[in-house]
Amino acid sequence: MTQKPESANEKTKSDAGNYAVTMRDVHKWYGKFHVLKNINLNVEVGEKIVICGPSGSGKSTLIRCINRLEEHQQGEITVEGIELSHDIKNIEIIRREVGMVFQHFNLFPHLTVLENCTLAPIWVRKMPLAEANAIAMQYLERVKIPEQADKYPGQLSGGQQQRVAIARSLCMKPRILLFDEPTSALDPEMIKEVLDVMIQLASEGITMICVTHEMGFARTVGDRVIFMDNGEIIEENNPDDFFLNPQHERTKLFLSQILNH
Amino acid sequence: MDWLFLDAAFTGGSRDECSAKAGGACWAVIGERLNLFTYGFYPVAERWRVNLSLVLLIFTLFPILFEKAPYRKYALHIAVAFPFVTAWLLVGGLGLTPVETDQFGGFMLTLVIGITGIGFSLPIGILLALGRQSKLPAIQIFSIGFIEFIRGVPLITLLFVASTMLNYFLPPGVTFDLLLRVLIMVTLFASAYMAEVIRGGLQAIPKGQFEAADSMGLRYWSAMRLIVLPQAMKISIPGIVNTFIGLYKDTTLVIIIGLLDPLGIGRASLADTRWTGLSTEVYLFVAIFFFISCFGMARYSQHLENKLETDHKR
Repeated sequence: MTQKPESANEKTKSDAGNYAVTMRDVHKWYGKFHVLKNINLNVEVGEKIVICGPSGSGKSTLIRCINRLEEHQQGEITVEGIELSHDIKNIEIIRREVGMVFQHFNLFPHLTVLENCTLAPIWVRKMPLAEANAIAMQYLERVKIPEQADKYPGQLSGGQQQRVAIARSLCMKPRILLFDEPTSALDPEMIKEVLDVMIQLASEGITMICVTHEMGFARTVGDRVIFMDNGEIIEENNPDDFFLNPQHERTKLFLSQILNH
Repeated sequence: MDWLFLDAAFTGGSRDECSAKAGGACWAVIGERLNLFTYGFYPVAERWRVNLSLVLLIFTLFPILFEKAPYRKYALHIAVAFPFVTAWLLVGGLGLTPVETDQFGGFMLTLVIGITGIGFSLPIGILLALGRQSKLPAIQIFSIGFIEFIRGVPLITLLFVASTMLNYFLPPGVTFDLLLRVLIMVTLFASAYMAEVIRGGLQAIPKGQFEAADSMGLRYWSAMRLIVLPQAMKISIPGIVNTFIGLYKDTTLVIIIGLLDPLGIGRASLADTRWTGLSTEVYLFVAIFFFISCFGMARYSQHLENKLETDHKR
């Protein structure tokens, strides 16, 4: 099914622990609707994956299965060497190591920016307040909005809110970061500030899986681009080949639609 | 106005003495009956215990209601002891002279029922609201059944059940204090309404908030306590206070099963031949008491809503 397995994927590794995420024959249905069809995907530690495809193709569902916001009904998903099952303990461990940034930010409106960032370290990692504050300020610095720490999310622009959301995820020091269309809800002039932060993050070795249509971003930082349609992985390739030399008809059609508008 | 103040008589021993002095209202009835209105038939020698309870109440409420109260952190911990200390003070035992609860009455009775109902219906209501949305069928069915049953029955019916029918269900010889039964019924009644008000708030929380909490690895109770409930409660404040006020005023229904709340005391006063015909004065007085309490609650809810406003709608 995959058109051109990349070198990284072809190497057979006996130890699944070398992969950040592995998905084997994963299927998911919403009622009768088959959202994910036979997904096979291995993500190496430190790899940057970009997932794109038309809306309704199952790309969000795919990454939401990685931290169990959605449940898969068939197949096997392991994250950091731990298999996702109904075991709530495993799910909690995985969620601690997997950060997620949402399309609509999902910041907590009743807490300040700083409190948004320290909540999970304090309550999930049991970190002392002073330490959590210090780490939060460090990451707010990194996303370039330390001066907003005491404001409420409602007082910030969309771009600033999304950067807070990224800082909030980073405060848990996750090994994997999932991005679910992080720039789709932003005004055009704010997209760049968020992408800049993401590009900077990408250079720091964290495993990133991004659902996005930002093709510039995909080319700059992506190690692999995955194209999905109708719940299937249609094509995966390195960014250069993916954009310049797409193999599949549906990929070509999709690319022509998003690149020539 | 003239009737209320200028032409009113404030002293006197009976209605006839009043009308001899002035043509307006006869407030002397209130003056003479003030202790009865306040304490009911609570023994005179023990009334300091009621007063002390009221002082404790004020000291407990202050730090709960106002964020800027001094030593709030410690005060909130001590507040947990309040219901037990007050119950001991009012009922007696353990060194204090026991006072039968059928001697409770007047405003004191209103406050006991009202504050117990308010204090317990909120947490029970929260649990019922969460239970109604639970994924565990047993908890969900129990919550829905409880809420719908209680909401479907008038409070008076429940009070009658409390006063008479419970005796049939309990084994003979087991007595169960009437006031306690009333407190339980009033609390359960208010809890069912509270649960629905809070459920409205819960449903207004976007799914993304739950997902963000889940994706951080927060457990159910942490997510509810830290993220969902603070927002849901904020949305529900008007409805919650509405329920509180309703419950507070519904305490007057206990007159039907023979407990003497201020209205009961008022009726008893009017039955006194010296004061017959002064219903306007008596009921106005009781109305003013309720209005002050309820208006206070309404104002506080406004204050709370303003304080919690973090949306900064642009």
